[in-house]
Order: sequence, then C-alpha cells, then structure tokens
Amino acid sequence: MITRKDLTHIGWLSRLELSEKDIEKYTPKLNSVLDYFTELDDVDTEGVPPTYHVLPLSNVFREDEVSAQGGSLTQEEALSNAPKTQDGFFKAPRMM
Amino acid sequence: MWASINELKEKIHAGSSEEVVAEYLERIGRSKLNAFISTSGESAISRAKEIDANDIEGPLAGIPVAIKDNISTRGIQTTCASNILKGYVPPYDAHVIERLKDAGAIIIGKTNMDEFAMGTSTETSFYGATKNPWDMERVPGGSSGGSAAAVAGGEAPIALGSDTGGSVRCPASFCGVVGLKPTYGVISRYGLIAYANSLEQIGPFATSVRDVTTLFDVVAGYDPRDSTSVDKEVNYSSSLENNVKGLRIGVPEEYFGEGTDEKVEKAVRDSINTLEELGAKTTTVKMPHTKYALAAYYIIAMSEASSNLARFDGMRYGLRTEDSDWHTTFSQVRASGFGDEVKRRILLGTYALSAGYHDKYYLKALKVRTLIKQDFERAFKDVDVLITPTMPYPAFKLGEKIDDPISLYLADVDTVPINLAGVPSISVPCGFSGGLPIGLQIIGKHFDEATILRAAYTFEENTDFHTKRPEGM
Repeated sequence: MITRKDLTHIGWLSRLELSEKDIEKYTPKLNSVLDYFTELDDVDTEGVPPTYHVLPLSNVFREDEVSAQGGSLTQEEALSNAPKTQDGFFKAPRMM
Repeated sequence: MWASINELKEKIHAGSSEEVVAEYLERIGRSKLNAFISTSGESAISRAKEIDANDIEGPLAGIPVAIKDNISTRGIQTTCASNILKGYVPPYDAHVIERLKDAGAIIIGKTNMDEFAMGTSTETSFYGATKNPWDMERVPGGSSGGSAAAVAGGEAPIALGSDTGGSVRCPASFCGVVGLKPTYGVISRYGLIAYANSLEQIGPFATSVRDVTTLFDVVAGYDPRDSTSVDKEVNYSSSLENNVKGLRIGVPEEYFGEGTDEKVEKAVRDSINTLEELGAKTTTVKMPHTKYALAAYYIIAMSEASSNLARFDGMRYGLRTEDSDWHTTFSQVRASGFGDEVKRRILLGTYALSAGYHDKYYLKALKVRTLIKQDFERAFKDVDVLITPTMPYPAFKLGEKIDDPISLYLADVDTVPINLAGVPSISVPCGFSGGLPIGLQIIGKHFDEATILRAAYTFEENTDFHTKRPEGM
C-alpha cells in the first residue's frame, strides 16, 4: 500500500511536483495497480534467472573515434531546441 | 482512395508523385479522424517534385508515408503527443527515416499516439484523441492509433508505429489493417524516443501483407548506433508465397480466456480452420505462464519508463517553466509537461525500482519474464507459428475505459507476452463483430518473420477481410 506520505516521497524521487489534488487522485489508482501486481507472488521463481534482455548480446564495443555516422551534432544543432542558452551553453537553473 | 504501393507506383508513373502526395495531404486536411499531430506539406511536395523531376528510383520512390510522432524526423516537429515536447524539432533523423528517404519515400506527417506511447486507445494524447474510421465514437486502439487510423481511413498508404506491448498490433486489429511487430533487434531503435527499451520495436502498417513486407524490407537492417541492433540483412518480400502446406500451427488455449468476446473467438477459430483447409496442421499448446505476463510487463515497462523519461527536464529541449532552484524547476517542468498516465507510470516505475521494493517488483517481474520466454521456447519446439486473437474484443468506445487504468491494461493481455519474449508477431484482419474489425495474431520464432509473413499472406490470398473499407471516409 502506498500512503499519501509515500507518494510525496516518490514524487520527489521522480522530480514530479504533486499537488494535494494530484495526491488525492493518484493514491487509490496507484494502489489498485500495485494490488494487481501482487498476482506475481503466486509464481514460484526459486532459482529462475532474471531476463533483462531477450537477445544474447553483451558488451557491444566500437573504437573510440569520431564517426561521421555516429550522429554527432554541431554546437548550433545541439542548442537549437534549448529553451535557455548562454555563451554556447545550455542554461540550467541555479543550484540552491 | 485506398491504394497499394504498386497501384501508387503506376499512378506516379502515369502522372506524378506530386499529384499523389497532394491528394493525400488534401484528404488529411479535411479529415475528422485527428490521426495526425502535424503534417509536413511543404517539404513533402518539394521532395515529390524533386523525385518527379529527376526520375529518382527506389522501392518507395514518390510514395507517401506517415510516421508515428515518437520517431525523430529532422526538421519536422516530434512531440510524442506530449506537451513537454511541444515545438521540439529533432536535429537528426532516426535510422528508419534515413532508410525511408534513401528508398524515395515521402514523409507526409507525424501521427497521433498515446502520450509517450503509454496506452491502448490513443486517448492520452495532449493533442486530443484519434477516432476509429469504422466508428467515430470508438477508439482506434493504441498507442500507434494515428498511424493505424491514417492507413484505415485512406490518409496514408503505409505508416510506421512502435510496439512496446502491442502498440502496433492493437490499433491494426481495431482499425482493420495489417501491422507487424518484428523480432527485437531487427529494426534499429536509433531515433525512436524511448519508453521501455528492452521491449519496443518499430513496426510497419499497411492495408496488405505485401505492402507491410515492402515497408519492413526498407526499414529493417543493421545500425551500429543501436547497440541492440542485429547484424542481419533482410529481404522478406521474396518469402511471400501462397502456401501453408505442412505448416504446424500451435493454438495456446490460454489466449482464449475469460473476457474474450465470443465473436472474436469464433472469427479466430474459423481463420485457423481456413489455414487447416489449405494444408496447415493444428495442435493445442500449453503456455502456463501467460496469465502473469500482464503484471510482469507493466512492472518492467514502468520501471524502464521512469528511467528513460528522466531526460525530460526542460534544459536541452522541451517545455521550460519559470526558473526557481534546480530540483524545484525540474519538478515543475515535469509536472506541467506530462499528462496523468505518464506521471502514474513514472511514479509506479520509480516505486518498483526504489530501495526495499526492487526485488519484490522489478526483479520478480524479470524472473517471470524468463518463464514466459521459456513458454515460447517450449511451444516452438513442436510448432512453426502460434495463432491467437490480437485483442480480446473489438474497438471500445471513447471514454469507456480511460478512467480505470486496470481495465485498460487488461486489454493488452494477448499482446504483451510477445514483447516480453522478443518474438515477431503480425496482426491481420480476420472478421467483423457488429461492423468492427477483428484481428488475427500470428506469432513466430525469433528472426522467423518469413514464416509468419507467409502464413499471413496465404490467409489474405484466400479471404477478403483485408479488402473491406470503412464507409464515409
């Protein structure tokens, strides 16, 4: 069960500002989904390995070189969608 | 107004690509389906002129194509149907878009979808719901509802969508068109804005298996920029053959469970009989973990989503609200930019991955995923394909399920196991219930698209469901 206090904390971890109204609205819906998830408690998974990925691929490497096909963007392209920029940088909000 | 790729090629040959493209754009312009979030009229027409003037050749030369709005298109707004990406114009093309352009295809617009592909009805779009061409009061399915509705409504001959838990096959089923979810890794995900990357694949839509296959052949193939891309060239058009003699069909009874509409069940069983009469052999197979697929799928998808969507903070692209301190700004940007369903999935995914709950939810779901994958491996020892309904029922009404997440999630019961196992699957029209299309799902072994396409093609060649069109378009 997620309590209203839990939800405030999860909202913080998720960087989602939740109003009192949101918390009111989401708490029962999220709990009904979590309740549904408990179906999995019935499955015996003793000794079963997890599947993170369906393909037997691992450690796909390439040479550490600039590649034309690598999709590198120019500075102008990289900044083209940024709401705030300054001196060729993305402008972030203040830390504190 | 519905035309195959070959018919359009003849039309372009006799007239011009410009005329063909203009005709589709005009139809989109007066449509009431809301299948498109944006159209790229000017660039489409100028590209068509270029193709006409230079006699540019290619498997899709001069052919219009619609693209789901979560696939990056250089110079064309890409929003994922979210307020948070309103106005975002990608500075690069997805791999599939590069491939389409090389083949001569013309992008006519970006199609509507559930916000960030999280849904089964295309109702969670920030840009309003898409309507089903067969009944304007019903949903087109989702999340690629705009792509399916565009093809079904004659607003695009072919389209691309993406399928994380059924998002190509569900709308294909609800809109009476063909939709393919390829084996994981066959189509590069480079440029597909991620929702749950261990599950999703881009997939083609068309009104026939042949056109789906032509589009698939164009967009599939190795791309080193997606580390899960498989180095395997494909040419499936050559495997289309009207022949299922000796094909071994498995029918998992678990997919005909409680909640499956009687008419859907009958249409699917009749379709299996049709294939038997054409020489296929049918056996019943057991897939005992099917009922756990839905919970495992949603836990994994939400967990991956909570991580993937962390990038939307209003710094590099997208919505930015008034600046405050670092964390408050990001929390406010995300609170105003995301819709309710996206927020719910991020919250639940964050919870499922958080200290103390990771093993109970996320790790447990990954173990159940192994059992589901093993169900498929076991079944495919004795059969070549599995056949099931794509959706347990035909298209439901707009607004009918949107306020009850669980009932909406339950609609995905027959499609999510396929993504958990990473196998390929196609939905083809196989009947009607109360005037609404029903989809037949044909599932194959890893990398064995050739067999499911052949089975689907044979079914199509011997039935006429795929030739039916909605009225009033």
